[in-house]
Amino acid sequence: MPEGERTVALVTGASRGIGSATCLALARTGLAVAVGYRSDPEGAEETVAKARADGGTAIAVSIDVRDEVSVDGAFGRVEAELGRVRVLVNNAGYTRDGLAVKYATEQWDATVETNLTGAFLCTRRALPGMLKARWGRIVNVASAAALRGNAGQAAYSASKAGLVGLTKSLAREVGGRGITVNAVCPGFVHTRMTEPQSEESRQRYLEMTPAGRFGTPEEVASVIACLAGPEAGYVNGAVVSVDGGLTA
Amino acid sequence: MDMPELESKVCKILAENLSVPESQVTPKARFQEDLDADSLDLVEAVLALEEEFGVTIPEEEMEGVQTVGQAVQLVASKMGVGA
Ligand SMILES: NC(=O)c1ccc[n+]([C@@H]2O[C@H](COP(=O)([O-])OP(=O)(O)OC[C@H]3O[C@@H](n4cnc5c(N)ncnc54)[C@H](OP(=O)(O)O)[C@@H]3O)[C@@H](O)[C@H]2O)c1
Repeated sequence: MPEGERTVALVTGASRGIGSATCLALARTGLAVAVGYRSDPEGAEETVAKARADGGTAIAVSIDVRDEVSVDGAFGRVEAELGRVRVLVNNAGYTRDGLAVKYATEQWDATVETNLTGAFLCTRRALPGMLKARWGRIVNVASAAALRGNAGQAAYSASKAGLVGLTKSLAREVGGRGITVNAVCPGFVHTRMTEPQSEESRQRYLEMTPAGRFGTPEEVASVIACLAGPEAGYVNGAVVSVDGGLTA
Repeated sequence: MDMPELESKVCKILAENLSVPESQVTPKARFQEDLDADSLDLVEAVLALEEEFGVTIPEEEMEGVQTVGQAVQLVASKMGVGA
């Protein structure tokens, strides 16, 4: 990490859930955190307030990862208010379950554009600053669905598997410059994303999960914060499961 | 800015970015063979040139650039500096 400089992190999709918990975990380790939100500024402000109450530095930043102009604008604001982004957490995610045979093209596009293209757009915008600093941390929030198929989640699982591929190639491209790129793969975590899951589906996941319970956003956040930290410099291109053993 | 001035500025930035002595960064020097630059080194050098001169150099236009002289020409054309 560049000496004497406050490390700046940007987390996308951070108005709630795993992204919000990640902001708080990063702020607790002393990072200045930009809380990226798309449709929910109140949620982002709540996260900011919690981070500040903990003694941390945080701002809320509007960012739609599907929109290049929005991505550029958000990075510009973070640069102006906090400094250049040294830690990027590509957490924004979208899913809409449905069987492939009847799946709408628009849903497919929305899923891939948010989960995969969005991470690429943010990463591409972040890299010049990281390359210049010869230091950076990129953590991509993939999913257990990237590693094992799920009926009804073809688009989601394809986009997250793509994100794992992006992670590994990037790790090779920039690993010689003090930059690490890793992915975390959460299993079933209690957030708004998993709310629509039926009781049967929950039961099925529970049976497949050796931990015998679902995960919390904080449990994913602490692994992300660890990968984003100065001491994880030799972890690069890794795909870290945080799933209670679901994919073991 | 005239061409000689631009050339010397570009060469200085390239030398810094590629960590080679300025004396080696001559118009004929080839990035890969003479300056030991890989493709990421080159992209980083281009990012530095973009920042310094406030220009944008798209990936397609970087492709044909093999020598320092070609890089100088590219920046010159973006800035409207003639020979
Ligand atoms: N919960 C799980 O079990 C689980 C499991 C594996 C992986 N994950 C992954 O973990 C990440 C966080 O999800 P979560 O569980 O915390 O769910 P969540 O509460 O639904 O959070 C998703 C976040 O992404 C944001 N988002 C969606 N589209 C966006 C866009 N185009 N631009 C910017 N932000 C956008 C959402 O904001 P808006 O609503 O304002 O769009 C929301 O803040 C996702 O990548 C998800 O795929 C979750």
